[in-house]
Amino acid sequence: MSRGGLEAGWVAPDVAAELPGLALRYAVVDRGSGRSSRALRQRLRELSDRFSGAQAINLRHQDIPHAYRVLYRHIGLDPDEQPTPVEAAVLERLEHGGFRSRSVLDDALTIATVETGVAIRAFDADRVAGAPGIRASAPGEALAGRPGELPAGTLVIADDAGPVALLFGAVAAGRDVDRATSRTLLCAVRPRTVPELAVAEAIWLAREALEAG
Amino acid sequence: MPEVLEQIRPAPGAAPGHARADRVRAGEASRRAARDDLRAQIADLERRLAELFAAAFPRGGIDWRVGAAGGPRILGTGDLERVRDALAYRLRAAEVELGHRVEVERANRELLAEMVAAPERHRWIRISNSDIGEPGCRHWHSRPRWGILGMLLDWWRVKLSSGCPLPGCVELAEA
Repeated sequence: MSRGGLEAGWVAPDVAAELPGLALRYAVVDRGSGRSSRALRQRLRELSDRFSGAQAINLRHQDIPHAYRVLYRHIGLDPDEQPTPVEAAVLERLEHGGFRSRSVLDDALTIATVETGVAIRAFDADRVAGAPGIRASAPGEALAGRPGELPAGTLVIADDAGPVALLFGAVAAGRDVDRATSRTLLCAVRPRTVPELAVAEAIWLAREALEAG
Repeated sequence: MPEVLEQIRPAPGAAPGHARADRVRAGEASRRAARDDLRAQIADLERRLAELFAAAFPRGGIDWRVGAAGGPRILGTGDLERVRDALAYRLRAAEVELGHRVEVERANRELLAEMVAAPERHRWIRISNSDIGEPGCRHWHSRPRWGILGMLLDWWRVKLSSGCPLPGCVELAEA
């Protein structure tokens, strides 16, 4: 796993055959989360001011948010019941009148997601073994911290040790970023129609916000 | 015709297992093509539903939910068909509902124009922005000028409200 630039995660051949173009990109940042600086909170406020109700209404038929909605439909999720990351951020903006600051990491992810529309998430890099990728779960596999086994064929983000998180869902216990985290793995799932450049920009934005604190 | 049959028949030296494997591969390729086609249809329906959602704003009360097929997982042909059908049904239902609302709003706009021209013939009628499909909280109200005196003398006018209450006023009213 390289520490520098953007890395390409793997996609299992059976998943790639059914969802061609699906990709996973990631980068590792040498810091964990923490309290947001005043500058980062200000940046979040400015982003809230730039984001209007009209943009929120038109969001779902813009190319990148639309691509995630379509991917959700293709994998059996309903984006109106479980909003895509950018729609979840925008709903929060509308409900609370602004993007709420929580931590450096959450704020960095919100900025990157809202600016680009790309779904980006984070894991503790030191608790991910090898390169992450996307695959279907095997019979008998479970997501740590959740009761019972995963239904066989559940799409997960996995590493060499097993499932790290559901694709667009819960993170396995012990893989999330917490107070002990010193290195963060930023990870973006790219549907076929989302440009590579948008994903690179999203990870770069999150990384830059995270490093600036 | 004999030449065609000759081509379909396996070559004399070919193992029967190979022919079976070819048929299985061809069947799987055909099923995958069907799934790809369904995914393309789902993408198209999702875009049309999203466009309708934007066009419907600010009208509320339209159901946009389609329901989940249970995921995240690779959906089979049957599940993809169910998602496609549910999207098509939702799109059609939303189009019908929106069409009905647009008709009602057009009638309300005509009524509003008549009310503004002759308030005395539309006494006490109140039309809001939502009745004519516009955002905001304004409303037009046909009322007598100077209260009871206007009622007695048949002096009517249309009053236009000033718009949405300020957030502070709402909080005060709720408290």
